[in-house]
Amino acid sequence: MNVAVEVKAETGARELTYAQAIQEAMALAMEADERVVLMGEDIGVYGGAFQVTGNLVERFGPERVIDTPISELGGAGVAVGAAVTGLRPIFEFQFSDFATLAMEQIVNQAAKMRYMLGGAVSVPVVMRFPAGSGTGAAAQHSQSLEAWFGHVPGLKVVQPATPHDAKGLLLAAVQDPDPVMIFEHKLLYKMKGEVPEGFYTVPIGKAAVRREGRDVTIVATSIMVQKALDAAATLAGEGIDAEVIDLRTIRPMDRKTVVESVKKTSRLLCVYEGVKTLGVGAEISAMVAESEAFDYLDAPIVRLGGAETPIPYNPDLERATVPQVENILAAARDLVRGAR
Amino acid sequence: MARSTKARGQTAAKANQPFLYRHYTPEQLREALRKMYLIRRFEEGAEESYMRGLIHGTMHLSIGQEASAVGICMALTDEDQITSTHRGHGHSIAKGADVKRMFAEFFGKTTGYCRGRGGSMHIADVTKGNLGANGIVGGGIPIAVGAALTAKRLGTGKVAVSFFGDGANNEGAFHEALNMASIWKLPVVFVCENNGYGMSTSVARSTAVPNIADRAAAYSMPGVIIDGNILSKVAEAANEAVERARLGQGPTLIECKTYRYRGHSKSDRNRYRTKEEIEQWMTQHDPISLYEAELREFGVIDEAGIAAIRADVEREIAEGIEYAKASPAPEIADLEQDVYTELA
Repeated sequence: MNVAVEVKAETGARELTYAQAIQEAMALAMEADERVVLMGEDIGVYGGAFQVTGNLVERFGPERVIDTPISELGGAGVAVGAAVTGLRPIFEFQFSDFATLAMEQIVNQAAKMRYMLGGAVSVPVVMRFPAGSGTGAAAQHSQSLEAWFGHVPGLKVVQPATPHDAKGLLLAAVQDPDPVMIFEHKLLYKMKGEVPEGFYTVPIGKAAVRREGRDVTIVATSIMVQKALDAAATLAGEGIDAEVIDLRTIRPMDRKTVVESVKKTSRLLCVYEGVKTLGVGAEISAMVAESEAFDYLDAPIVRLGGAETPIPYNPDLERATVPQVENILAAARDLVRGAR
Repeated sequence: MARSTKARGQTAAKANQPFLYRHYTPEQLREALRKMYLIRRFEEGAEESYMRGLIHGTMHLSIGQEASAVGICMALTDEDQITSTHRGHGHSIAKGADVKRMFAEFFGKTTGYCRGRGGSMHIADVTKGNLGANGIVGGGIPIAVGAALTAKRLGTGKVAVSFFGDGANNEGAFHEALNMASIWKLPVVFVCENNGYGMSTSVARSTAVPNIADRAAAYSMPGVIIDGNILSKVAEAANEAVERARLGQGPTLIECKTYRYRGHSKSDRNRYRTKEEIEQWMTQHDPISLYEAELREFGVIDEAGIAAIRADVEREIAEGIEYAKASPAPEIADLEQDVYTELA
């Protein structure tokens, strides 16, 4: 994929897709720093399973855009070893599900090496995980496993929801001395949005208030942010003023932004695609329940998460496994109008 | 005239000597012996401290495997890098670590190499190129390949060595890492210390090939089988493999056949091997005794020289333990330090 640039004459702002924004970030990082290398399966001439690396191999060569064998464990381990010794690898998993093959290197090695060695090393590796359902790829190519990683001290875990953040968080991750896991939703790759030119970063660990409101706080991650905004627009027509927070980072989590919002709205709805039980929403809920915002709550906290099932193949079933706009609308109405 | 004849004679005599004696100075050969003593006495000192309750947790002792650790590291510079195993004390010492700071780590003190966060299973000395022991069997193998990728990409000229045991050769990480090292011709040497048992399971019961090095053929790299208890054999194989790596000719798999005298860890009741087998290795094929005999045979050292080195090592071990005892314990308040890098 070429980084085709659309320029809006009136504003001078460019529109890029989420995938183009990631590619641009990788290109900028590689131009700026010789130590940055890309590693992954079929990221060279193939351009990546989702065409995110595109033609970068032509610009930077196969020595820096490294096609690995189908060896997720070994490949992740090589990236970790390279990071410890002076490179800045960006390792692409073809699907986030395949991280299951590499958990040893991510969880036992990358996350812990600095601590185990008493601070003698750092592990500046970035791992990119195309995640999420909606592509008809069924149970082994559609999962949202980010909460697994969020449970591991030593890792940082981000979920960009916009092209702007996809670029800015990746550039922040490349500069970060610690391992950063980036969960990119596959359905967002074609999403367009305004992306500044040149180098900029989005801070890891900082949520964004996407829409201000008074009646209910909707904390969403990844693709659920747009769904929450769509729901909020409808709710506004019904007299419900929803505040939408894009969590952006699940570890470390931005407690302050969420707690302040709930203190204002007195209602909390968490929306995320990963399986509901023990998921990201559980942590958001507990964080609020343990905070000073608890006393402000006018209704029980509500979580909308993925169904307690593997992702099925049939499109209607698949759609039913993850929260949709109508589910958010229903939950928000119940929350605000006191049906619960 | 007479003098030059004698010099020629010495040169000819040297040419007939084994690799080790041609390649290293007598000082270096004596230093190798000192390091082998140091490893053994360190292990014994750690074991004793553990028995006395000064060290908690567990540990995996490498007594009997000293020639492999020292022989391999003799071929390396301080800049070359290693990854090690749960049985990694010997590698650490062979690569140049200070036993004081190793003891301090085992005692859980802030002066330890890992500031008391790692202990025996994560002992490391990054300043000497030791990227760390590892609690996961096979965990360090891909990491060494990553270090070699860095060396090649940045043109540093460094070589990476991955130590692992016979058990690791049945881990997927071993196979994936060897394959990648080979296709990318990376400057890495894989060193399997085959001590015959993965915990209690013998190589014969666990492994489909008679020799671990046989597996090198599957990854198009040389597979070298050596008597891992004979230092000169280990050092020769290591030098050849390291040179090959430095010349950009790719990886080598070296299998050092060796034996651990102690159990797998401190919980081992030794039900899977006989006393006779252990005694046979200890009395007939001890790496330190074999090397001492060889050094005497080649006139590199005499009894007084051996006694002096042993005394020196005793003092170093005693001082190390005292240093560890006297060192401060970590502050509980610092518990979360170094989970992440603190950004200025």
